[in-house]
Amino acid sequence: MYKIVKKEMLNPSVVLMDVYAPDIARVCKAGQFIVLRIDEVGERIPLTIADFFPEEGLVRIVTQAVGYTSRKLMNMSQGDSFLDFIGPLGQESEIENYGTVLCVCGGLGIAPMFPIARALKKAGNKVITVVGARNKELLIWEDILKEVSDEFYITTDDGSCGTKGLCTIVTKEILDREKIDHAWAIGPVIMMKFTALLTKEYNVPTTVSMNPIMVDGTGMCGACRLEVDGKTKFACVDGPEFDGHKVNWDLSMKRMNIYKAKEAISLEKAIKGGF
Amino acid sequence: MALNLNRVDMPNRDPNARNKDFIEVAEGYDVAMAEEEASRCLNCKKPLCRSGCPVNIDIPRFINQVTKKDYDAAYYTLKEFSLLPAVCGRVCPQEHQCEGACILNPKKGAIGIGRLERYVADKFRESGKEEALKKEAPTGKKVAVLGGGPAGLSCAYDLAKLGHEVTIFEALHTLGGVLMYGIPEFRLPKNIVEKEIENIEKLGVKIEINSVAGRVNTVEKLMKEDGFDAVFIATGAGLPYFLNIPGENLNEVYSANEYLTRINLMKAYKFPEYDTPVFVGDKVAVIGAGNVAMDAARVSKRLGAKEVYIVYRRSKDEVPARLEELEHAEEEGIKLQLLTSPIEVLGDDNGHVTGLRCVSYELGEPDESGRRKPVEIPNSEFDMPIDMVVMAIGQGPNPLLLETAKGLDLNKRGNIIADDYGKTSIDGVFAGGDIVTGAATVILAMGAGKNTAASIHEYLMSK
Repeated sequence: MYKIVKKEMLNPSVVLMDVYAPDIARVCKAGQFIVLRIDEVGERIPLTIADFFPEEGLVRIVTQAVGYTSRKLMNMSQGDSFLDFIGPLGQESEIENYGTVLCVCGGLGIAPMFPIARALKKAGNKVITVVGARNKELLIWEDILKEVSDEFYITTDDGSCGTKGLCTIVTKEILDREKIDHAWAIGPVIMMKFTALLTKEYNVPTTVSMNPIMVDGTGMCGACRLEVDGKTKFACVDGPEFDGHKVNWDLSMKRMNIYKAKEAISLEKAIKGGF
Repeated sequence: MALNLNRVDMPNRDPNARNKDFIEVAEGYDVAMAEEEASRCLNCKKPLCRSGCPVNIDIPRFINQVTKKDYDAAYYTLKEFSLLPAVCGRVCPQEHQCEGACILNPKKGAIGIGRLERYVADKFRESGKEEALKKEAPTGKKVAVLGGGPAGLSCAYDLAKLGHEVTIFEALHTLGGVLMYGIPEFRLPKNIVEKEIENIEKLGVKIEINSVAGRVNTVEKLMKEDGFDAVFIATGAGLPYFLNIPGENLNEVYSANEYLTRINLMKAYKFPEYDTPVFVGDKVAVIGAGNVAMDAARVSKRLGAKEVYIVYRRSKDEVPARLEELEHAEEEGIKLQLLTSPIEVLGDDNGHVTGLRCVSYELGEPDESGRRKPVEIPNSEFDMPIDMVVMAIGQGPNPLLLETAKGLDLNKRGNIIADDYGKTSIDGVFAGGDIVTGAATVILAMGAGKNTAASIHEYLMSK
């Protein structure tokens, strides 16, 4: 059992949890993920690690209530435990001193971006961060991410904070005025797609973090397949980070919809369950 | 005395009832059947059956004990050699092993050894008796077993009996490996697997689930920091193969591993009671014709598919699945689409599967495996209307551990190179099961685990 030592709502639909998993906290690196299962009937879901504290033995996860399991997870309290918590899985981010790095994050992508931006900063990079959200209320962790960034920009779809519009607007401005050596984009697939399309115009190598449907997360099942440069890859063992200019985005978007019909049934169950 | 060649059949549930649920298909012998079958055994002086058994069970002895109605003794005879008799009695390919080697086999009257093994193991378990476990005095030696499937469990069991301190590190949330995630409930009930595995813990073996080999524990760390004297790597065949044909990443294309894991391990057949979903196709094509393919096809039928096809590029004679599995599948309404190979999965704009484009084959000259080589018939392309595809064409080695075990020699397929005693290129590191041989059977993995346990024991005691 893996105890939720701390639970904090970052906004009405986003939760932060620190989970006691000392073996994982000891060895995990920026860019990796865990798989968790809430209880005996639960499904295994992957979550990118948002932070880790080796001395306290804690792994931090941040998630948003979207589907059944994430709602069920949000319904858990501090002191409750996950039945299973497995990791670290996936390859770590390739952290090096690139020079100037642009970190573009959308929505919940802010959380997994944090340890990467921190590591990039520590490696000597100039870190420019762009954070996009639908509105001010949905912004999370902007202060934390700001601390590890040399420059920091916020965009909101409705203009309630920072620049009005999608994060690609500010990203383009930066690309126009500054030589960027490497970019990272983490967020919804559609946001990563358009960010990668943009950086490609400027020939800026771009790393994206994929978060497809998974089961075991150890290479055994292949649920997380995607196409990179025309070849099939498994996000769990080959990724989760890939060259954003080579990902077949449309395929990845379609593959998110496999269980659309089942999700409706699950959601009904969630409502009945009171979460 | 005239030879009795009449094998006693084991009853199976009605195909049209069983193909709608996940309750076990084979019903097992009753006492009269078991006695009759056991009485046919010739109790050969040089039992050929034993030589056919990968774990060398003293088969004549246990069968003789059945004829004497000494069922407990028969059970303990089995347990001397095998950790999992109720499992092996169900899933071993006996026709190629003990029963294939039986002196009565050429006359089509091989003793039903698997059925008797199953009977004896079930009878003991159902009696509720506490199993007496014998264990040697502690040796003070520590062994880490990476992987809790048939090879790892079997090795851990033998080493623990010999007095060593054993820890199993398992990546999934439960022990059993393919017995839990791969083989469906209707062929191998999970409560039976769990019960047989329980003895491992009773022997004092420590179990660390959710522990991915090569991540939290590298081989180097286990030996240098954690004080393990030897490591047994049994991480199995992990990475599923695909055909590399267009359309393979469409939504309703599964690897058999994923499909069966969702259903068996995650219990998606009980969705929404269980949270894990699985797609239920109307017309399902399973590519491949091994035991795993049969399992995937039979599962699809049970979930409600109207038509299920086994698509295989050779003919019925070459089907690699056990004969019994093939027969059961056909009885349940699975159709064989033989001498056919897919060249493309067809889909719509939203990424959903709409069909399978195939070509027809005919059998040509025998190839290096001795089987007649399938040869494509020109201009034979045709489309099957299908809404779901399961790829059951095998698996490669799991890459995770191998990434982090420095100095371990691998062959060109990525499997660990180990000698007949399980020794690898690193001193004190042994390997066995699918990670060495490539995907094989439960009992071969158990045999490897058992043999390697003997060689690990020798290694530890000579240190």
